[in-house]
Amino acid sequence: MSETSDRVTTGARSGRRVAYERAQRRRSSLIATASTVVAILATVLLVPLTPGWKRVRRSFFDWDTLTRAIPQLWRPFLLNLKIFALCAPLIIIVGMLIAMARNIRSPALMPLRLVAILYTNIVRGVPVILWITLIGFGVPGLFQHRAWYTKAVVWGGFALVFCYSAYVAEVFRAGIEGIHESQRAAARSLGLTSMQTMTSIILPQAVRRVVPPLMNDLVSLQKDVALISIIGPVEALRRANILVQKDFNFTPLVAAALFFLLVSVPLTILTDHLLASQRRRTGATAIR
Amino acid sequence: MRTSTNRIASFALASLIGLTLVSCSSDKSTDTTVAETAAAETTADTTAGAVAATEATDTAAAVESAAAGDSSEAAAVPAAADCAAGKTITKGKLTIATGEPAFPPYVINDKTPEDGQGLESAVAMAVARELGFSGDTVRWVRTPFDAAIAPGPKDFDFNLQQYTITEERKQVVDFSGGYYTAAQAVFGLADSPGASAKTVADLRKLKIGVAAGTTSVTYVEGTIKPTSAAQVFNDNAAAKLALESKQIDAIVSDLPTALYITNVEIPGTKVFGQIEGSGTDQFGLLLSKGNPLTDCVNEALAAIATSGELATIQTKWMSEFTAAPLITLG
Repeated sequence: MSETSDRVTTGARSGRRVAYERAQRRRSSLIATASTVVAILATVLLVPLTPGWKRVRRSFFDWDTLTRAIPQLWRPFLLNLKIFALCAPLIIIVGMLIAMARNIRSPALMPLRLVAILYTNIVRGVPVILWITLIGFGVPGLFQHRAWYTKAVVWGGFALVFCYSAYVAEVFRAGIEGIHESQRAAARSLGLTSMQTMTSIILPQAVRRVVPPLMNDLVSLQKDVALISIIGPVEALRRANILVQKDFNFTPLVAAALFFLLVSVPLTILTDHLLASQRRRTGATAIR
Repeated sequence: MRTSTNRIASFALASLIGLTLVSCSSDKSTDTTVAETAAAETTADTTAGAVAATEATDTAAAVESAAAGDSSEAAAVPAAADCAAGKTITKGKLTIATGEPAFPPYVINDKTPEDGQGLESAVAMAVARELGFSGDTVRWVRTPFDAAIAPGPKDFDFNLQQYTITEERKQVVDFSGGYYTAAQAVFGLADSPGASAKTVADLRKLKIGVAAGTTSVTYVEGTIKPTSAAQVFNDNAAAKLALESKQIDAIVSDLPTALYITNVEIPGTKVFGQIEGSGTDQFGLLLSKGNPLTDCVNEALAAIATSGELATIQTKWMSEFTAAPLITLG
């Protein structure tokens, strides 16, 4: 007997059950509210009680310094956004190509596959900041003249693409390998070539699956753009640092953090949204 | 619903515990400061006023008075030593901080700053002696530039790495009087178009690099105003790298650093000149805000200034790092 008809026939019992469930729900939302209020109150009340709060507030949360810093950070932050906007698509393309190279099954193309494996393993094994320093200072030194392609910022961007492509390639690879082998078998038995199988059967499914982790990498890229400052360009974080070191007040760094949040938070929300809709699409009933 | 409730509850619990820990541990640290202050009172006969000063957060006014050289009662060595007793972070020891690495001509031997070789080494050791510390009772530590200016307890008594004294910075830390005055200088490859610069306008077309944290940044952006934005590096070492790879034409730094780098470190470079009117930057010893030791350090500095020792130190270590043609503002 189905639950619906059960509810209809034994009204009294299901009424109790509904009431019980409602009470449970009310209880948990009460607990949630209470603990949130307690946490907020504790933060608001306890932090100012710490002996150094007055000094920390003046150093990190000084309103005047904040309002003076924000207008000075706008233009440098545009540089961050520009670098991000240029690097992100390149990273996706290069990452995808490397993931495809890694999945090549033709024996003749084995060297390509080896290169892809070596690349992802070596590049990911070295900190991003180190790659930026090595490439940003090293490569421009090879040219003894000056042109747009000898600029530190260009090679800093290159280093970001270089590093992040390796991470993104692994994300794509996970997606590609997550597609069941039967898909490939079916495609090949229909007469598609191995390349056609990849581009029109495997990739479309794989890419859809890896969008959320991909967004995750983009959020992290957006922050790592600031690392380029070590090779010279004055972007938002560096500008904030200059302001800090001028007045010995750390508030401009908090201002810079707000700028980064301005981009990260919407990206994160978008990621969460994508994840949720993917779970709705692919999963069974979500367990709560 | 359930999971989110649990998540919020556990978050609340975690933050509550965290905060309680933080506030408790910092309570403890207050206790120790109070204890130390009490100890200072008993051991060193410090006046009640000085002890009160440790606890009050705002004692800026008290320390700004004594600059090196303008104190007439500086003769007695015991004066500064008496003053300092019990006021250091480790009882009976003086902890001096400098940069990591420390650069010549300020510290000649980065590995052994305690040898008194180099301007800052020598000044620090002379001040230490005046404060009654020598040999094993002087300890050197390293801090990054920013660690010295963060709020909270410091792990040094005083820090010197060419900190320029400015009014804004005095809001956050204590400075001693100045121990050296340095001009700002521009240097780069000897065959650079800027090498023959006579006025600041001649520098404007150059690509200029500068080390972050220095007042040189202010000079570049406020006085030179180059047409293409200045490149800012973590330190002069990184700026040197960029100069060698022709990323930049010139570096702006304090004059002694500029002369040291061009004379000793990078062949084929020269100092283009010192910027007119920039010779007002005074380097001071940096102490935590409201530190009772600041007065003692100033007494000690005044003592070595009056005895002529400071001048001797400056001549000994800096005389070959002061001469450069003038680049006028006009």
